[in-house]
Amino acid sequence: MVPAHRGTALSDLGLRQEFPLLAARPELHFLDTAASAQKPRVVLEAEREFYSERYANIHRGAYSLSVEATDAYEGARARVATFLNAAPREVVFVRGATEAINLVAHSFPGGWREGDEIVLTEMEHHANIVPWQLAAQRSGLVIRVVPVTQDGRLELEALDRILGPRTRLVAVGHISNALGTLNPVEQIIRRAREVGAMVLVDGAQSVPGRKVDLAELDPDFFVFSGHKTYGPTGIGVLVGRNDVLPKMPPYQGGGDMIAKVSFEGTTFKLPPGRFEAGTPNIAGAVGLARALDFLEEIGLDKIEAHETALAKEARSRLLRLGGVTVYGPEDVQSGIVSFNVAGVHPHDMATVLDQQGVAIRAGHHCCQPLWHRYGVPGSARASFGLYNTMADVEALIEGVQVAQRLFA
Amino acid sequence: MSLSELYQDVILDHNRRPRRYGQPGEDYASAEGTNPLCGDSVTVFVRTEDDRIADIRFVGSGCAISTASASLMAEAVAGKTVAEAMALFQHVHDAAMGAAEPDEAMLGEVAAICGVREFPARVKCATLAWHTLKEAIAEAGK
Ligand SMILES: Cc1ncc(COP(=O)(O)O)c(C=O)c1O
Repeated sequence: MVPAHRGTALSDLGLRQEFPLLAARPELHFLDTAASAQKPRVVLEAEREFYSERYANIHRGAYSLSVEATDAYEGARARVATFLNAAPREVVFVRGATEAINLVAHSFPGGWREGDEIVLTEMEHHANIVPWQLAAQRSGLVIRVVPVTQDGRLELEALDRILGPRTRLVAVGHISNALGTLNPVEQIIRRAREVGAMVLVDGAQSVPGRKVDLAELDPDFFVFSGHKTYGPTGIGVLVGRNDVLPKMPPYQGGGDMIAKVSFEGTTFKLPPGRFEAGTPNIAGAVGLARALDFLEEIGLDKIEAHETALAKEARSRLLRLGGVTVYGPEDVQSGIVSFNVAGVHPHDMATVLDQQGVAIRAGHHCCQPLWHRYGVPGSARASFGLYNTMADVEALIEGVQVAQRLFA
Repeated sequence: MSLSELYQDVILDHNRRPRRYGQPGEDYASAEGTNPLCGDSVTVFVRTEDDRIADIRFVGSGCAISTASASLMAEAVAGKTVAEAMALFQHVHDAAMGAAEPDEAMLGEVAAICGVREFPARVKCATLAWHTLKEAIAEAGK
């Protein structure tokens, strides 16, 4: 259980001590949660406990230990489902958001036809670009791109022009990892449906920091990564609507995804099992389920308010320094702040900050087309997690000032 | 390991005012080097006469370390023979990786970029231009 919150102010949820790495490095200002989150003790414990008390391969049910392990794995699936308000049979365990998107690109319901159009946005992560480009090369698809405005929003009027009878899919990030923009996915889904297109929402940056209700949002596909959600690496989720997944062919072949194998012909399990060939990351799923419990115990609304408040403060203080460009919408909607300081390359900024114990990400953040649009090679990005506090904002601002003096 | 060792005045100066920066005419061989991890890129142009680097220019976009490194390199190898330039590259490489002590007499101002040896994450920034030089020289020999 998460102990009663020690911090009461919005600027400190009092959770740093729940993270062994952060507790062991009191000087570290970790501002790269958007790349991967640190792990709370309860997640490490859950994995350790699973391996030491209930571990066996799953779906091998002749002995009770395997049944217990299977229950833990399927329990994790049910946990993901309730967390997102979906059904367990809609939840496919994969390695991460990247694999989930590749799965959909490979096994798209009904298959691809030459000339089919896929709509992406200029702010997508490479994980939500390259799998579609590979499919486009294989099947003769056309990729169309919704541009981004100067202040880091999608140009929705352009979306209306781009959508048409040939559009099969719109794939869009829920929250941009490079800008922090919260995209209006409800509207996008509505408009895509009007032309009969499906929608994939990349929730890699939204699931860790805000309440997501898939029954309400109702995308055809939704993906996220465990490691950004305070869970283990190597586990992630594809949620596919229950009327969509059964229309999709398998992604990989192997054990565990079949109904019956013979050399005359093999039949496959129903989803989600059909998409989980081979022994999955069982302990990863268990750890992820515990991470989701952890987030709910704290409260997603509280986490969202906390991270947004820190990002808002960081944004306005960066702007007050002068010589700083901050990307993304003025009304901060997530824990991500992306910026550049005149005369200081982002990598140099990251090195200078690192020397002050502040860990940020520098570069293109796997969004090269976006930075091309802004005419810069990339940015410095601070991203706030539930363990960060106003002291981390303070350290960031001081570090940026050191860089400004050094490169003046 | 301190910031002032990495960002010595020479580095800051060459970053602010890169020497031999700009795209020359057609009679230059060139190569482009990129670091896919961070997106840095540099294009090195060389004009060789017999076995000598008669002229060298570069363009690119990158951090202070990679910009200064390219600028210092261009100054250092202009007029040298290819063999001399490659020997210098080998030593810069070893010194930047921490495999050899920087030989200040041999390196001159270039020694400043060996400050990266204490910053493993930045070694690639310092060596990008040099690897690209090697390729540009290979192009010139074709
Ligand atoms: C928006 C977004 N989509 C997809 C990914 C890819 O996630 P993963 O590397 O965990 O598969 C990331 C990770 O940076 C991301 O931020």
